[in-house]
Amino acid sequence: MNQEAQAPRGALEIRKRQIESSLQRRHRTERTFRAVGLAAVIMGLGFVALLFATILAKGLPAFWQATVTTEVFFDPAVIKVEARPVRAADENPQQFRDRELAWLNRLGMVNWNRIIEDTLITHLPDAAEKRPLVRQLVTSGERFKLRDMVAADPGLIGKRAQVELLADANVDVWLKGNIDRSLDDSQQQLRPEVRAWADELKERGVIQNSFNTSFFVNPDSRSSLASAGLGGAFIGTLYMMAIVIFLSVPIGVLSALYLEEFAPRNRFTDLIEVNINNLAAVPSIIFGLLGAAVFINWLHLPLSAPLVGGLVLSLMTLPTVIIATRSALKAIPPSIRQAALGIGASKMQTMFHHVLPLAMPGILTGAIIGVAQAIGETAPLLLIGMSAFVATLPVTPLDQSAALPVQIYLWQGNELRNFFEARTSAAIIVLLALMLSLNALAIWLRKKFERRW
Amino acid sequence: MSNSVLIAGLLILTALAYQFGLTRSRAIANGPVRMHSRPGYYGLLVALWCGLPALGVWLAWFLFEARIVEYMVLGQIQAEVGVLDGQQAMVLLRRITSIASGIGVSDTPAAYELAAAETMSRLWATSRMAQVGLMAALAMGGLIWALRRLTPTLRARNHVEKVMSVVFVLCSTIAILTTVGIVFSMFGEAMRFFSFVNPIDFFFGLNWNPRFSTVGSGAQGDFGLIPLLWGTLMISGIALLVAVPLGLMSAVFMAEYAPDWFRSTAKPLLEILAGIPTIVYGFFALVTVGPFFHELGQAMGLQIRATSALTAGVVMGIMIVPFMSSLSDDIITQVPRMMRDGSLALGATKSETIRKVVLPAALPGIVGAFLLAASRAIGETMIVVLAAGNSPVLHANPFEAVSTVTVTIVNQLTGDTDFASPQSLVAFALGLTLFVITLGLNVFALYIVRKYREQYD
Repeated sequence: MNQEAQAPRGALEIRKRQIESSLQRRHRTERTFRAVGLAAVIMGLGFVALLFATILAKGLPAFWQATVTTEVFFDPAVIKVEARPVRAADENPQQFRDRELAWLNRLGMVNWNRIIEDTLITHLPDAAEKRPLVRQLVTSGERFKLRDMVAADPGLIGKRAQVELLADANVDVWLKGNIDRSLDDSQQQLRPEVRAWADELKERGVIQNSFNTSFFVNPDSRSSLASAGLGGAFIGTLYMMAIVIFLSVPIGVLSALYLEEFAPRNRFTDLIEVNINNLAAVPSIIFGLLGAAVFINWLHLPLSAPLVGGLVLSLMTLPTVIIATRSALKAIPPSIRQAALGIGASKMQTMFHHVLPLAMPGILTGAIIGVAQAIGETAPLLLIGMSAFVATLPVTPLDQSAALPVQIYLWQGNELRNFFEARTSAAIIVLLALMLSLNALAIWLRKKFERRW
Repeated sequence: MSNSVLIAGLLILTALAYQFGLTRSRAIANGPVRMHSRPGYYGLLVALWCGLPALGVWLAWFLFEARIVEYMVLGQIQAEVGVLDGQQAMVLLRRITSIASGIGVSDTPAAYELAAAETMSRLWATSRMAQVGLMAALAMGGLIWALRRLTPTLRARNHVEKVMSVVFVLCSTIAILTTVGIVFSMFGEAMRFFSFVNPIDFFFGLNWNPRFSTVGSGAQGDFGLIPLLWGTLMISGIALLVAVPLGLMSAVFMAEYAPDWFRSTAKPLLEILAGIPTIVYGFFALVTVGPFFHELGQAMGLQIRATSALTAGVVMGIMIVPFMSSLSDDIITQVPRMMRDGSLALGATKSETIRKVVLPAALPGIVGAFLLAASRAIGETMIVVLAAGNSPVLHANPFEAVSTVTVTIVNQLTGDTDFASPQSLVAFALGLTLFVITLGLNVFALYIVRKYREQYD
């Protein structure tokens, strides 16, 4: 009897131990599984952090650029132009304009480089023998700055004025330590004299790192790399944004209204619906091909124009807007519609007076997110010719222009790597700031106006 | 510029028309008779009568004016130059246009060109005058006619609503038109490409070497799709290897384990990744990830190029993670609570419940998400343009540079493109291939989700 009782107890014991060990194993698996999940999330978040940290670390220094702050003597011996023409009483506007243009032309012919050299030589007396070298300290586009100063105020001739001149890109690279200083002369981008002068001026405070506003207003430049800016690209992007907002938002909202509220369920509306869902998933580059074939090749619209870019991006954003609007409309309870219809409003009146205003926050949120996506898009713009180098600021949407993402693409390919890597990152910061502020606006709108029924 | 002036003028006139209609109907409404609609609708109706026909004329001119003028100019000089093909005609027209606009050409123009330029500027002037005249007449006529018809019994609201519903239908057809445009433009240009290159050589060719586009047809290169398709598949494969486990696991963690506070902070942060433009990822791959892999390879004694299929694939995978995870998250949270409770009540641990109950129930949705992610990876452009190294050679080494369909489209269509050489037309054949592949994946994904979706309660 004792033995009989023991046997099952032994079996139970064994069973219990089996269960315990299997439980241990199962709990271990549980913990591992959970840890793997956490690791996946952390990897994702870590990547966000890494990306932002890298871009900020690379890009932020580019907002401050080596600048020569100095007193410039507008030497009348070099600037040999007469006083700015004044309109005579008996002169018609055309004649006066011609005379003024001729004067500006002569002003443009002045040897501004010599003024810059003279200015630098006052700081660096030993450079007097090496004029072509000392000129390398200041970026070549800055001579136009002096010209424009005199054109705006001819009284400057013969006087001194405090001027900030952007240093050359290579000088900026050298002073920021973006090039290995121990490399020997053959691998350096600057001659040893220029490097020594740059260090000397930096030490004396003539060259300073100052905040670079020209980065935000100048167009792109290839001859004067240090003054290449985002201005043109920014205007292009703003134009495209405006076109996308004015085209895709109204069209998208109206077609969503139709599909959601008016359309009968038939083959035609089914077709539209399938279409919209498919368009939302078509790669963006396909829209670029469409733009190249239809807008450029068939309609002969100008290459590189923000108008064409805006049209292509609008077509691309349309499905996003439609889908967002439809879900916003779905969230409005039917009782609102029934109440309006019940007191005699027509269907249109119900929509425009009641449903649409209530759905507005949701629609706006979706639309803003769609627009933010659109302005970050690069590939379709490349196909409609926006990869062209444009050195002027666009005035109308039909002018040649760049766009922020395209400017990033162009700058990352520039040969002067150690200067343009920072510039590219700075451009990325501007683009991301624009997109994030749009997204923040969308979130704020949603938070502020969201209504739960 | 003149077009915008025209449109602005029309807009002002339309606004005036609205105002006229409004005041007129208000005046009538103050009288003894009751109006059918509210005054605003009468204003709108008058504005529509004023604006719409004139806008139609403007649009017709905008679309067809240039073509008709060019056709007439070419018709006039046909005797001198004979029949031209598209390319020559375009060059000649460009010359004539620049003579006509006063810019002039670099060499001395022939007499017939000068005559043609004269005709052209005359035609332009006539056509512009006709356009402005017609638009003004229609706008004024519509305005006056609508104002005269304005009576209390006019059912203005119904008329306006009818116009609105037509506008609604027009807006929704734009989506269809876009698809039709995509299909037709790509199909048309691809057919032109196939008149240069045999489709069999294109779809099954193992070499990609298009040479440069030269005016006229010189030596022709090889246009084999296979190396590009292989590169695309290799990069997408690597991307999915990164994105699917990471995305799925983070979705599982967020949906099943994470406390609310963690979920509500981590999810939007992760979604930032989805909003970052792909050019930024590309740049990041180029300057950070690529060199990192290169040095890692050196440390391990491997030859890894900085721009390679691996670099592009990994970065693209990270780009797709939030897409994959938010899609899977939605699907996992849709699995009903009962199923989890049942499994837990039987003694399964949480991870067992997830692996044996929740994920199998969510499988069709997850497969759908996988297919959508794949379609995104295949269509992705900028990361690959910057980080894959662009070498269209058939090989199986992920540490080497490859090229993809999208990169080649960009390469063939940027810069100086003329739409008559196979070198640029091939972009449309590639685009068509890409469109068909991604469309197929999307449709297949929808089909799987619909067909195998379990309906609970």
